[in-house]
Amino acid sequence: MVTIRVLGACCSRCEELEKMCFNVLAENNIDADIQKISDMKIIAGYGVMSTPGLVINDKVYCSGKLPTKSTLIHWIMKNNI
Amino acid sequence: MDDNNKKFYYYLLFIPALIVIYFNLEWIANGIVYSLFNLDPQAPFTAAIYFFIYEVPKVLILLIIIVFFIGIIRSFFSPEKTRKKLEGKPLFLGNVLASMLGIVTPFCSCSAVPLFIGFVEAGIPLGVTFSFLIAAPMINEIAVILLFGLFGWKTALIYVSTGLIIAITAGFVIGKLKLERFVADWVYEIKSSGTELPEEKMKFPDRLSYGFAAVKDIVSKVWLYVVIGIAVGAGVHGYVPENFMASIMGKSVWWSVPVSVLIGIPLYSNAAGIIPIVQALLEKGASLGTALAFMMAVIGLSLPEAIILKKVLKLPLLFIFFGVVGVGIIIVGYIFNFIY
Repeated sequence: MVTIRVLGACCSRCEELEKMCFNVLAENNIDADIQKISDMKIIAGYGVMSTPGLVINDKVYCSGKLPTKSTLIHWIMKNNI
Repeated sequence: MDDNNKKFYYYLLFIPALIVIYFNLEWIANGIVYSLFNLDPQAPFTAAIYFFIYEVPKVLILLIIIVFFIGIIRSFFSPEKTRKKLEGKPLFLGNVLASMLGIVTPFCSCSAVPLFIGFVEAGIPLGVTFSFLIAAPMINEIAVILLFGLFGWKTALIYVSTGLIIAITAGFVIGKLKLERFVADWVYEIKSSGTELPEEKMKFPDRLSYGFAAVKDIVSKVWLYVVIGIAVGAGVHGYVPENFMASIMGKSVWWSVPVSVLIGIPLYSNAAGIIPIVQALLEKGASLGTALAFMMAVIGLSLPEAIILKKVLKLPLLFIFFGVVGVGIIIVGYIFNFIY
């Protein structure tokens, strides 16, 4: 199962990233453990300096911006083994 | 690259259209106010309405175009790259560099905490980190270009250079005071996994899409502030008597600068919303130094940011941070009132 962590505290883009993840998971019938993390200690622990950040299977994939949907699908698929 | 992004080339066509509208706004506003509604040119209400109808599209168009081009510039920077450039720089040079990078690095204040931690962890001195944290909100690129568009290049240049001077000296002073003990203890305990993102190769259409994303993101967030700011500005423009502000915010009133700064701290707006108000205040006799100090306090010293930073800074450091920046802004206000 893929584990996805959406890192973000207060901005609208973080919510948008979470929504995008949910959509990709639903559209592709992927079972995932997905959580939004707003605890700054954990966010900083991933070495992410700007939100929104995206962590898939413990690896940071992006920080400070929204990926395009096709990129997001690619990342999630790659980790869904 | 996303093939999708190629469609953004077509969006570029909107820019000349906006520019054409921008240069015909006076004609449009005249048409609406005097021909369509036939309002009395002498009435204060007409002056206020005209101000509103002329300024709202003007500022919004400026904003869209500015945010777009700044978005493209920002796509070349990131907090990670900025951190790399600042690592190992000595105090003063570090402060100068951090202040300048603070202007162009994409950064929203909700990321202030992870960014702060990231800098501390990389061993960047506290003073240099503060130069960045002061410059980033205070020298707001949107404010720079709006000032340029509404008041001319001199005011814009003055705003940038004074902002830089405050960020550099305040950071330098904080660095010299050796305040590391006032950083929340848990900050030093964090060991990040240190994963470095591979650097992405962005092609031009990707940067265009970054610019358009910035427009969508920022304009959707600030347009309401702009409209409210212009409405307040319009009220001042129409109803406040000429020179009324001179007695409160004029340069002969010695306390006007510190009081403007104190009033500015709890007020929270972004640059785009505050500038129409400043414009109206200036028109009614407020002096440039006082108005500028007010604007910098509203943009650069904000309570929400303080609350966010409270998580990583103990109270004494938070007060010193606000104090040093506040005093810097007051000094700049006095200097301007003295020069002009």
